[in-house]
Amino acid sequence: MSAGVAPAPVDAPDAARRIEETARRLVEAGDCAPRPARDPVNEPMINNWTEALGDANPAYPGQAPPAMVQVWTMGGLHGRRAADDPLGAMSAVLDEAGFTSVVATDCAQTYARVLRPGERLAIRSRLTGVAGPKRTALGEGWFVTTVSTWTVDDEPVAEMMFRILKFRPPPPPEPPREVPRPQVNRDTAYFWEGTAVGELRIQRCGGCGALRHPPGPMCPRCGATRPGYVVASGRGEVYSFVVHHHPPLPGRRAPFVVALVELEEGVRVLGELRGVEPGAVRVGLPVEVGLDRIDDELVLPAWRPR
Amino acid sequence: MSRAPAAPPAVGTELPALRLDVTTTFVVSTALATRDFQDVHHDRAAAVARGSQDIFLNILTTTGLVQRCVTDWAGPGAVVRAVSIRLGVPCYAGDELVLGGRVAEVAAGPDGDEVVVGVVGRCSLGDHVTGTVRVVLP
Repeated sequence: MSAGVAPAPVDAPDAARRIEETARRLVEAGDCAPRPARDPVNEPMINNWTEALGDANPAYPGQAPPAMVQVWTMGGLHGRRAADDPLGAMSAVLDEAGFTSVVATDCAQTYARVLRPGERLAIRSRLTGVAGPKRTALGEGWFVTTVSTWTVDDEPVAEMMFRILKFRPPPPPEPPREVPRPQVNRDTAYFWEGTAVGELRIQRCGGCGALRHPPGPMCPRCGATRPGYVVASGRGEVYSFVVHHHPPLPGRRAPFVVALVELEEGVRVLGELRGVEPGAVRVGLPVEVGLDRIDDELVLPAWRPR
Repeated sequence: MSRAPAAPPAVGTELPALRLDVTTTFVVSTALATRDFQDVHHDRAAAVARGSQDIFLNILTTTGLVQRCVTDWAGPGAVVRAVSIRLGVPCYAGDELVLGGRVAEVAAGPDGDEVVVGVVGRCSLGDHVTGTVRVVLP
């Protein structure tokens, strides 16, 4: 797996039970200890805020914008959650279960009174609920709701319900495989149209009925130029093979095996032989065709032991 | 442009739209002004590596802009009691965000008219935010 993919989830019911148990314990534990703001409510930070948001309300900075309340107690550039912070504890358990991404979904703030420069805030938080697992547009996840209270001395001055979605990021799409692509022409189109629909097609002379591969415009036996095809059973034996070590090829990891397979129908077809160690391949090995879907336009035939 | 402080507003009154050019500078400066240092709000390469198309507005800024949409209209004497939002699609750098409000409830209170305004913020991908602001008008 590539980097950035969420760790494989532990057994899902087990993970859900652990998430719910942690949630119950944290809800019962109630408020964490109050954490003081780094700075008192102050005019420079209010001015930075109103400047950035373009808010020209003349009530500021003599009073703080109410919606700025959360700013005073943000953790900052190097912030670390306190050990008893309920969102931190809950997030750790959800991370472990593979719900590693986070997005804020709801925020409801109420303000008991106006705050003015010089006041020193503290915040305390409690977990009020964890709901999931839910299917969302972003992926499967759990909604985590906390309620925080800001105080000045011991007076509650504002409260906030905050809800986040902790979700499992969907796996990134497989990168397209770069492989050498076949030249498709009027002689060979039937073959690649066949692999696209899961058929291994063998050219058959429209004159004498002889089978031949690789395809060509004229029958080497009777000279007719009216080729058709039959669908092969896909079963055969290794007639000959090479183990490719070098040079490197796009879309392949060396060493790999290229086998010439004699089909039950009597013609021989080349393809990669997969699903067997190179050292274990031998002439006469019974194989069958499998299909290696490269992308929407190309399906390569490949052999596998049967 | 704020409203004239005369009669209480009628339910259904539309607020003036707040149009914002969400430049990279806007996303970064508002993220830092709200002390939100998550890389997805200032580092484009990190945001793309996490599956986003660009850096995007942080929730503290969206909350502040929803409030601003209402206070620009309500004027400096208004007291904001609550801002409640739900986020929809992300608002990426390079987009335009248009916030609009509509008076949903009006009730006489001890300190003035208590007004609830429904706010919707739209960007090119759809609704970025829906929410309500509860405000007391003097």
